[in-house]
Amino acid sequence: MSPQSSPASPATVPATRPVEGAPRSRARETRPDGRRGRRRRLGLLVGLAVLAVAASVGVLTWNNPMTVGSEGFWLIAQMRVETLVSVAVVAVAQGAATVAFQTATHNRILTPSIMGFESLYTAVQTGAVFLFGIAGATMVVGLPQFLLQAVLMVAFASALYGWLLSGRFSNMHLMLLVGVVIGGGLGSLSTFMQRLLTPSEFDVLTARMFGSIANAESAYLPYALPAVLVVAAVLWLRGRRLDVVALGADAATSLGLNHRREVMLILLMVSVLMAMSTSLVGPMTFLGFLAATLTYQLFDTPSHRLLLPAAGLVAYTILTVAYFLLRHVFYAQGAVTIIVELIGGGVFLIVLMRKGRL
Amino acid sequence: MITLDAVTKTYSSEVAIGPVSVEIARGGITALVGPNGAGKSTVLTMIGRLLGADEGSIEVGGHDIATTRSRTLATVLSILRQENHFVTRLTVRQLVGFGRFPHSRGRLTAEDERHIDAAIDFLDLADLQDRYLDQLSGGQRQRAYVAMVLAQDTEYVLLDEPLNNLDMQHAVQMMRQLRRAADELGRTVVVVLHDVNFAAHYADRILAMQDGQVVEHGAPREIMTDEVLTRVFHTEVQVIEGPHGPLAVYY
Ligand SMILES: Nc1ncnc2c1ncn2[C@@H]1O[C@H](COP(=O)(O)OP(=O)(O)OP(=O)(O)O)[C@@H](O)[C@H]1O
Ligand SMILES: [Mg+2]
Repeated sequence: MSPQSSPASPATVPATRPVEGAPRSRARETRPDGRRGRRRRLGLLVGLAVLAVAASVGVLTWNNPMTVGSEGFWLIAQMRVETLVSVAVVAVAQGAATVAFQTATHNRILTPSIMGFESLYTAVQTGAVFLFGIAGATMVVGLPQFLLQAVLMVAFASALYGWLLSGRFSNMHLMLLVGVVIGGGLGSLSTFMQRLLTPSEFDVLTARMFGSIANAESAYLPYALPAVLVVAAVLWLRGRRLDVVALGADAATSLGLNHRREVMLILLMVSVLMAMSTSLVGPMTFLGFLAATLTYQLFDTPSHRLLLPAAGLVAYTILTVAYFLLRHVFYAQGAVTIIVELIGGGVFLIVLMRKGRL
Repeated sequence: MITLDAVTKTYSSEVAIGPVSVEIARGGITALVGPNGAGKSTVLTMIGRLLGADEGSIEVGGHDIATTRSRTLATVLSILRQENHFVTRLTVRQLVGFGRFPHSRGRLTAEDERHIDAAIDFLDLADLQDRYLDQLSGGQRQRAYVAMVLAQDTEYVLLDEPLNNLDMQHAVQMMRQLRRAADELGRTVVVVLHDVNFAAHYADRILAMQDGQVVEHGAPREIMTDEVLTRVFHTEVQVIEGPHGPLAVYY
C-alpha cells in the first residue's frame, strides 16, 4: 500500500471526519509501526538467514573426510542434506505450530508440547515396548505405523479440542487445563511402564525417545515434508485472520470472524504439524517455546505473516547452530535436542521470572 | 431499526434477563440506562451477537443476527464491550486499523488509511497513535477502542459505557462526536450510559432497564421526571431545570 497524503476526495468521505483544524493527511501506514521498525525487522531476518545459511554450510562441509568433489564427498554431503531437511521440517513445524497455538489460545506460556501431544507419542512408544518387549520398539517404526501414529495424534487433538471448545464447555482455560492434565497423565503412565521394563528394553526405548536430529527418521521425510509445507503455507495464508483471532473472541467476532471455527481450524493444523515433527525426531518440549518467545521479543509485531515464518527461521537457526557446534566443536552430536531443551528450559524460566510481558 | 422480539437470556435459576421486546428506531442516539445488574450489557451484547440469546429473535437493519453471516454483520454493526482485554502488543494505530478488517480483510488500502486517520483525529488520539496500548492511561485506551469501532464504519454502533474512565473534557467530546456521527453520517448509536444527565442531553431516546426488563422507553423529557428516575434507580431523584434542559440531582 502506498502512503497517501491527498485529502479525502468528496467521493470517499471518511465515515468519521477529522476535527477541523486537526492535522490531516499524515503520510503514515498502519502496518507494523513505521519504516524504522520495518527496516529493523528486515535486518533481523537477513541476519538470521545469514546465520542459518552459515551453520547449514558448516554442517554440510565441515570435517568431511573425503576430498572435495569426490564421489564419497558428495555421498556424505547428501546424507547431511537429509539431516538439514529434517531439521528444517521440524523447525518450521514447531515454530509455526507454537505461534499459531499461542495465538489461538491467547497465551504465550503453554505450547502444544505441554498440551499432551508429545506425551501421547511417548506413551505409544513406551506402550509398544512394554507390551511387546524389544520387538515392540521396532514395531512402531515403519511407514504404516508412522501414518497411524500421525492420525492418532491428530484425532486425539481434534477430539479434545472439539469436545472442549464446543457446546457448553467452550472454555479456553478449561481446555488448556485438561490438556495439561492429560499430558501429565500420559507422561506418568509412560514413566510407570518404563519402571517395569527390563534394563535392556529401557535402553532401547531411551535411545528411541530422545529426540535426535542426527537420527531423524528420514524415511518419513517424503510424507512429513509436504504435509508440513502445505499446512504451514495454509497457516501463513490465513495469517491476517490469525492477527484478528489474537485480539480475542469478542473483538474477532465483532470484526466478522467465526472465532470458534477459526480456533478449531488452527488447532487442527497445529496437531498435524506436531504429529509430523514428533514422528520425525521425537519430543522436543521447549524448541517451539524458545523459538516463539525469541520471535516475539525480536520482531515485536502483531503480524502473523511475519511471525510465522520468522519463528520457523529462528527455530531452524537454533537447531542448526546447536547441531554444528555440538557435532563439529564438541563432538557430541547426539546431545543436540538435550542442549536445546536445556537452553529452552532456561529461557522459559527467565521469561517466566521477568514475565513483565511474554 | 433494531428489533428485539421476546429476547431472553437465562444465566441461572435466579438471574434471567427478559423477555425484552423493543424497537430501537433507525438514526439518532439511544441511551440505555439503569442500575447495576439491570441487564444493559446483556441486551447490548446479544444485539451485537457476542452473546447468544436463549429465546426470541433480534434483527438489526433487517438482518436476523442469528442467521446472517458474521462477516456480513460486521459491515452493518460494530460493538464495544464494557471490558476489553487486548493482550497483544499493539499500537493505537494498529488497533484502530483492525476496525477496517471487515472491509479490507487485513490488506489496508489508502482508503482504509484515511478512515483510520479520521477515526484517530475524531477521538483526539493523533499524538498517541504510535504508543502501545499498555503505555496508555485507562481513558486513553478507552478512546482507542472507540476509535477502532468507529473505523469499522458501520451503520449501527453499539457502545457499552464508552465514557468509562473519561475525564470531563473527553466525556463531553465523546458524546459530541457520537452526536455528529448520528447527525452527519446517519449512524444509529446505542450507548449504555450511567450518567442520566449525559443521556438526557445527548440522546434522542432513553431506554431504561430494571431487573432484566425494559421499564421505560421514550424521549428524554418523558424519562427525566422525579417519579420515573426515582423508581428506576431506587434512589431519591429530583429533576430541576438546568441551563441546557432537565437536570437530575441525586445527591
Ligand atoms: N456470565 C454471567 N453469568 C451469570 N450471571 C451473569 C453473567 N453476566 C451477567 N450476569 C448477571 O446478569 C445480570 C445482568 O448483568 P449485566 O452485565 O447485563 O448488567 P448491567 O446492566 O450491564 O450492569 P452494569 O451497570 O453493572 O454494567 C446481573 O445480575 C449479573 O449478575
Ligand atoms: Mg454493563
